[in-house]
Amino acid sequence: MDMPYIVHPREDTGLFNAKLGIWLFLASEVMLFGALFSSYILMRIGAFQWPQGSDVLNVPLGALNTVILISSSVSMVLSWVSLKEKNLGKFRLCLAVTILLALGFMVVKAFEYSAKFSHHIFPETSTYFAIYFTLTGLHAFHVMGGVVVNTYFLFPGTKMWQTDPERFTNRIEVAGVYWHFVDLVWIFLFPILYLL
Amino acid sequence: MDFTKLFFLPIVASAHGHEIDMMIYLVHLLMFILLFGWAVYFIYVLFRFRRNKNPQANYHGTTSHFSSYIEAAVAIVEVILLVGFSIPFWAKQVNALPTRPDKIEVRVVAEQFAWNIHYPGADGKFGRTNIEFFDKQSNPLGLDSSDPNGKDDIVNINQLHLPIGRPVIIHLSSKDVMHSFSLPIMRVKQDVIPGMSIPTWFIPTKTGQWQIGCAQLCGLGHYRMIGFITVHSQEGYQKWLDEQAPALGGSEEGGADDFWN
Amino acid sequence: MSQQGHAHHDPHELPFWKKYVFSTDHKVIGIQYGFTGLFFLFFGFCLVMLMRWQLAYPEQPVPVIGKFFNDSSMPGGVMLPEFYNSLGAMHGTIMVFLGIVPVAFGAFVNFVLPLQVGAPDMAFPRLNMASYWLLVVGGIVMLVSFFVPGGAANSGWTSYAPLAVVATTGQTYWLIGMAFLIQSSLLGAINVIATTFQLRAKGLTFMRLPFFVWSQLVTAFLLVLAFPPLLAAAVLQLMDRIAHTSFFMPSGLLVSGQPLEISGGGSVLLWQHLFWFLAHPEVYVLILPAMGIVAEVIANNIRKPLWGYKAMVYSVVFIGFMSFIVWAHHMYLTGMGTAISAFFQATTMIISIPSVIILTALFISLWGGSIRFNTQMLFALAFLPMFGIGGLTGLPLGLSSPDIYLHDTYYVIGHFHYVVAPGTIFALFAGVYHWFPKATGRKMNEFLGQLHFWPSLVFMNGIFFPMMIQGLAGVQRRLYDGGAQYAHAKDYLDLNVMMSWSAWLLAIAQIPFIINFIGSLFAGKKVDSDNPWEATTLEWQTPTPPGHGNFLTQPIVYRGPYEYSVPGASKDFTSQNEPPAGASQPAGTSQGVH
Ligand code: HEA
Ligand code: HEA
Ligand code: CUA
Ligand SMILES: [Cu+2]
Repeated sequence: MDMPYIVHPREDTGLFNAKLGIWLFLASEVMLFGALFSSYILMRIGAFQWPQGSDVLNVPLGALNTVILISSSVSMVLSWVSLKEKNLGKFRLCLAVTILLALGFMVVKAFEYSAKFSHHIFPETSTYFAIYFTLTGLHAFHVMGGVVVNTYFLFPGTKMWQTDPERFTNRIEVAGVYWHFVDLVWIFLFPILYLL
Repeated sequence: MDFTKLFFLPIVASAHGHEIDMMIYLVHLLMFILLFGWAVYFIYVLFRFRRNKNPQANYHGTTSHFSSYIEAAVAIVEVILLVGFSIPFWAKQVNALPTRPDKIEVRVVAEQFAWNIHYPGADGKFGRTNIEFFDKQSNPLGLDSSDPNGKDDIVNINQLHLPIGRPVIIHLSSKDVMHSFSLPIMRVKQDVIPGMSIPTWFIPTKTGQWQIGCAQLCGLGHYRMIGFITVHSQEGYQKWLDEQAPALGGSEEGGADDFWN
Repeated sequence: MSQQGHAHHDPHELPFWKKYVFSTDHKVIGIQYGFTGLFFLFFGFCLVMLMRWQLAYPEQPVPVIGKFFNDSSMPGGVMLPEFYNSLGAMHGTIMVFLGIVPVAFGAFVNFVLPLQVGAPDMAFPRLNMASYWLLVVGGIVMLVSFFVPGGAANSGWTSYAPLAVVATTGQTYWLIGMAFLIQSSLLGAINVIATTFQLRAKGLTFMRLPFFVWSQLVTAFLLVLAFPPLLAAAVLQLMDRIAHTSFFMPSGLLVSGQPLEISGGGSVLLWQHLFWFLAHPEVYVLILPAMGIVAEVIANNIRKPLWGYKAMVYSVVFIGFMSFIVWAHHMYLTGMGTAISAFFQATTMIISIPSVIILTALFISLWGGSIRFNTQMLFALAFLPMFGIGGLTGLPLGLSSPDIYLHDTYYVIGHFHYVVAPGTIFALFAGVYHWFPKATGRKMNEFLGQLHFWPSLVFMNGIFFPMMIQGLAGVQRRLYDGGAQYAHAKDYLDLNVMMSWSAWLLAIAQIPFIINFIGSLFAGKKVDSDNPWEATTLEWQTPTPPGHGNFLTQPIVYRGPYEYSVPGASKDFTSQNEPPAGASQPAGTSQGVH
């Protein structure tokens, strides 16, 4: 027997296997970040004083990163749409843009971090910075994960387009779902860390 | 009723202890009844329906719904235990503090691996403490000598002395890691959590000397973090108090126990 | 679906290491999980046997074995308190995360579940392989930690802060090891859910799933949703240990007389909430697969359907939901108010009801059966009262007021060991005896099986029943000297000797099992059919052992899982995929009568 529902959705669930897989994975990610957000709330309630995010962080840089990530989500969707349109060239372009935007995000993040370190601000400085570095660090780790996966699809992974285009399209869709989630996490992180 | 013997429990020396014993007794009664009834059924069924005796199984089994009544009964007994005993007890014993005028307040500060006992002295007020003033030998609690409330405070290690018949409130805090203040004889146990001060209280009803145990893993000396509680008669307690020198009075003081590693 | 020839071509082309080491076949992975898990179960048992020496004969040199340890753990053969604490913490961790979970979930789910749902493999075979190897890495990290300075983690399996934050390096290894184990379980669980939802055979509706599949499905959901918060907690504790943050560290701590150089401002209880939010669902992860195995074995050996199958299914799902809102019953003594304690007591009492329902259903199922007492049935039957005792002793703990007295005493240790040791471990043994013929084509020996069962039953009770007595007498847990200094409990301390001897004799009682297990691999009696126990579920409809791709033809399911002794049928079992009499051959749909 071969593995069914790799390409086409199963009738009663309406999903192909990998799609269900990624949703389950994201459910676990929600619990992971949920736990960290709860920790954030507890730290904040318990703190003697909690800095206003905008006083200690660089809001314009954070906003820039928000824009970058949102655009990368858009280009990610476009890369999937291009595959649906059977346009491999456009797919390559869009995916490359997505990767570059993600790297751009990391560069901006690196600037922010090094600015903090040069002012002798480290995770151990206060519980605010502890949670700031932990949350953004873990998020950056997720961004890098996305970069690795997308780079794989951009170069060696594209081979599958020749043999099994529908399955390849599914893979990009799944990678996209993940990427939107990473984006979404940032959309929560930005206000609670930078603005509130 | 005295269930202590039956349930291997140590003697009770506090006013509320019997209520905890009563709950332990009742819930075990439920457990025993279930387990017994069920064991009898089990053995009977295994015997009666073994293959040799009953070669052909019955597709439908039993159609009786007797079990639903048992399940309902279990649920009802649980509700009774919960609403009738456990929650009211928690409300009056754990979540409320006594207001009687003759109450006594003591601070107990746990550390690896000893109990620092802090009495407020004659003025009934605890002196301020701060880790700045801490000194392992002379000032283990870090009492602030500039605070007048602290002048008559009494501090010792591992020796908790109390009078019989008066409510005692013990404010628990920790210097380092988590501990748990356990007085099995008094049916008292309360986690001691760094960064928090948590009160617990009881009324001793017997005189004598027993142990204070630590119930939360706190490091390599957890097993020997044992203090002593001595319950005196009213006069004996006063006499003991009078013999104590204030902690900041300068003279050498403190229990000579092998604390600190 | 595909044809027979196609289904069988590839395994022969694979080199050995791909077929048996880095395999993506769920059956091979299941067996790998099984061996790894049994190894760790045995290892965890060895740790506790050492501890039991210290408990029975405090501070006397350990005979023979003591010589093999160095001065940082057992100088002169006498165990140090810090080493005792390491052994305790690692016993708990290894048994839970590397012993029971890999066997009860990893091994059985991998080997049996795809077969029972009629699938060719797990939905994501390569992820499955990754999940196994993550487990191996996690296990190695845990083992290595015994050899780092200061020894393995020694702050209990619960790793409460601040103790764990200021502990020796072993704790860092523990956290990193846990991160791997968490990821491993996560991938495994995703696979299980996807397989059950996506790859069920035609006609296999949810209410026709074997109870085993249901219990593992709920387990998988618990893993997916409860493990990530522990990962979050582990990350935060790692930050506290390595980056010196203060997530779990309040201000003003003085450790060993030295003020800690940290910012402070953290919360000790945050760790406990995150930990127990995982760890309570985790205990159901330890028991639900066991219930599933027991249900399969009992149904097969009473030769009649399970009584109240539907109620069992609803109960197991309900347990899954409820297990997320009872966690604070481990924290009653952390200074909880009446309202919150009332809430958690109520949820704890509520969650005990579905367990009662499942057990009751299994009990009543026995009525009217034709009970076959083979080894797996003995273990499955013994599971019932043992789990019963363990579960019932959860009730006094679940009521916060009696818990004041019982918290962190040996009563708690007795409670949960009854559930996991003579409970879950017995269920695992039942599963091994039951599915061994499917995996190997050979049966295990009945005589050795009985020789394994009876002493195990006696000694398990010999270890754990006295714990209840000691707990009621007020002996705390995690005591290096087993409570030798406790004056109020002195009458009950001699029990330690008896418990320790029971533990060592329990080890000897495992010898027939090990002989039987390994011997039967090579010399067991060959089965003469694919369905030696005359069972109804789909895993018995494959070749023995099943080849790559499992089924020769795609099975179609026509009925519920336990159609034994159907009135009027020619034999006393009717397989799930046997076409109904008179119906035309497997064409079209088959959503027949339930
Ligand atoms: C598999 C593991 C497992 C299972 C299933 C359970 C099940 C339960 N547990 Fe247990 N528990 C643990 C593992 C488990 N536990 C562990 C590991 C700890 C300690 C952790 C640590 O601190 O290190 C612990 C600790 C623990 C505590 C904390 C104690 C303390 O530290 O002070 C509490 C308190 O509420 C508790 C309660 C319960 C309850 C109410 C159940 C209920 O779900 C039980 C329900 C079952 C029954 C009620 C019995 C079933 C029914 C019958 C007998 C049938 C009767 C027959 C007829 C009616 C015919 N458990
Ligand atoms: C799943 C969980 C699990 C299991 C199965 C066990 C099993 C056992 N446990 Fe343990 N235990 C814990 C989880 C578990 N434990 C936890 C969480 C703690 C608390 C730790 C802490 O305080 O932090 C604890 C603590 C604990 C203590 C208390 C220590 C203390 O407080 O100081 C004791 C004391 O006796 C003990 C004893 C035992 C014994 C004798 C067994 C026996 O039942 C073991 C029996 C084992 C077997 C029978 C193995 C069989 C396997 C084979 C034979 C393999 C064969 C191999 C092949 C064929 C390849 N355990
Ligand atoms: Cu203090 Cu244990
Ligand atoms: Cu629990």
